[in-house]
Amino acid sequence: MNNLLRLEEGVARIVADDPWVLVRDQEGEMPAGSLILPLNRWLLNPAQHAVWLGPDDEVERLNPWFETLPLIALDFPSFRDGRGYSQAYLLRTRMGWTGELRAIGDVLRDQLSHMRQCGFDSFAVREDKSAEDALKGLAGMSVLYGRSVIEPRPLFRRR
Amino acid sequence: MYQYDDYDRALVFERVAQFRDQVERFMAGELSEEEFLPLRLQNGLYMQKHAYMLRVAIPYGTLSAGQMRTLASIARDYDRGYGHFTTRQNMQFNWIELAQVPDILERLAQVQMHAIQTSGNCVRNITTEAFAGVAADELMDPRPLAEILRQWSTINPEFLFLPRKFKIAICSAEQDRAAIMMHDIGLYLYRDDHGQKLLRVIVGGGLGRTPILGLQIREGLPWQHLLSYVEAVLRVYNRHGRRDNKYKARIKILVKALGIEAFAKEVEEEWQYLKDGPAQLTSTEYERVASAFVAPDYRSLPDIDLEFGTRLAENPAFARWVTRNVQPHKVAGYTSVVLSTKPGIASPPGDVTTEQMQAVAKWSEQFGFGEIRIAHEQNIVLPDVPKADLHTLWCLACEQGLGCANVGLLTDIIACPGGDFCALANAKSIPIAQAIQARFEDLDYLHDLGDISLNISGCMNACGHHHIGNIGILGVDKNGSEWYQITLGGSQGKNSALGKVIGPSFSATEVPEVIERIIDTFVDYRESEELFVDTLLRIGLEPFKEQVYPKVLEVTA
Repeated sequence: MNNLLRLEEGVARIVADDPWVLVRDQEGEMPAGSLILPLNRWLLNPAQHAVWLGPDDEVERLNPWFETLPLIALDFPSFRDGRGYSQAYLLRTRMGWTGELRAIGDVLRDQLSHMRQCGFDSFAVREDKSAEDALKGLAGMSVLYGRSVIEPRPLFRRR
Repeated sequence: MYQYDDYDRALVFERVAQFRDQVERFMAGELSEEEFLPLRLQNGLYMQKHAYMLRVAIPYGTLSAGQMRTLASIARDYDRGYGHFTTRQNMQFNWIELAQVPDILERLAQVQMHAIQTSGNCVRNITTEAFAGVAADELMDPRPLAEILRQWSTINPEFLFLPRKFKIAICSAEQDRAAIMMHDIGLYLYRDDHGQKLLRVIVGGGLGRTPILGLQIREGLPWQHLLSYVEAVLRVYNRHGRRDNKYKARIKILVKALGIEAFAKEVEEEWQYLKDGPAQLTSTEYERVASAFVAPDYRSLPDIDLEFGTRLAENPAFARWVTRNVQPHKVAGYTSVVLSTKPGIASPPGDVTTEQMQAVAKWSEQFGFGEIRIAHEQNIVLPDVPKADLHTLWCLACEQGLGCANVGLLTDIIACPGGDFCALANAKSIPIAQAIQARFEDLDYLHDLGDISLNISGCMNACGHHHIGNIGILGVDKNGSEWYQITLGGSQGKNSALGKVIGPSFSATEVPEVIERIIDTFVDYRESEELFVDTLLRIGLEPFKEQVYPKVLEVTA
């Protein structure tokens, strides 16, 4: 995928040579290479490819495949649809997914720090936006009152 | 009052810097209107008919004299010399320039205030009642938990893009003055026989297009679980609340669709993973926050003040004000005073000028401990006024137009800004309020009528809480013109009820006459000192309808 940011050991960088190809279509010809497939398509052959979930998809369905699954992507059809944040929380905190968790779709600079807090570690920034510019959105703010995937202790336990 | 530490301070200043950058990018065309919209909403900024409106949070309705002076200065320097108190204990400025908003927010941050999440599809300002900490009927001060919730819900990354707005209120008194049945989550704090602090959790209440009273989802929740339980509710809502239709996106619709038992089961399952985890509140944190809400240094005053007694006896106008606007206090010799922002024609409900704000700040220091509250009825409360000072305060308040003796009376109207300002409104609210206030100018008559709440909303978003007014007025659009639908029988508090529509709607000019006929009906049927709501309950809607709809109205406007 193009326009991709990834966190590696806490440091964000632009990835120029990401091998993954995102397949949006639920049917039809499949391109060659490493694919990220929609859930129903991926379930037909779960051993081979990566998967992306829409906000309606149940994250629990991926549990049996954690050992072999190379990457999970969560789709934001609109940046104002917040379900992906809870899906990310569940994958990371409840189900223990430690592999790559990628945000795809309407992924914009001003939401990146929230996504990061909820456990995303790669971000396919919307194609018409600048990845360099989006990097500035990852840091967010220095104070988190509540808790999150990357900081499970609320501020009152750190204060 | 709660005082910011380094963390709290850093957060509000970083937020100002972040929004300053977002405003600059928007003005430079780097952010589209659509992309900027939720960013500005989550910083309290709406686009209204004529200008931007900035809604400043007054957490749980408490502010200091210094904070009030800052609001006064913002009204003077960035608005037209006034601000508007809302039904959710916030302050709105109606004439704001976008480019100046970061500077306004910075000025607020300097006095430990902000506009974060006063709008948008996220957890809004946490509200409680205006008499928290001083009410004679209070069980416990709800503000420490309100502040803990405020912090926890502020920029909580998972819950910033909920299906719809989310309002939480907390109350801990015999009388529910925080309207907890009308909130997405309502919390009632009480103690069990062993002194343990417990919470009753109400969920799925709300006004708006589909008014619903909340339902109890949990009884006896130990306070330590407050945050984990709210987190469970929010996660279930965030995942399953409807997003296809904004009018069906509030949690009340989800609760109704699933049924309270099924919804409670979902929440309980989610909560099993969270309880006893790091979100569990500690006594240390409770004490840290609660120590900011300790009672001030009350003097030991006699409960009976002779001079006060004399003033009452010789000045009926003062006595009337004391009857309506002064509330009992838990400390002997003290009272809480409600300053009415509803003088009638002189100014719309909830509006206060820079000069008035400065005066209130001064009085709060002169006659109290420099603390001020905003009531959800849009009035101002001075919580700690010695009885001996009431007469002096009343004289000063009258000079400033804040001494109207109408708290709880028909002219203490709750009204949203309505079609004069709001882009969502179907109809104007303020001229309706003022026309009714003009018709009921006779204070003796108003006092005889006793407690009657009249609430006006300019559209079904119900910011004026028309459903829970004894008399409710809702602005509706009929073929492009403004009409008003009347409901009767709403009430707030522990006996909350939603009003019922009495029939076809009226034009603006007819409304005062209709209200007068409703009041006349009440007077005709009233038994001795009966309250309006009780008469209505006893005789039903029919006698009112007969009076209101017998023939074509003879409009005297």
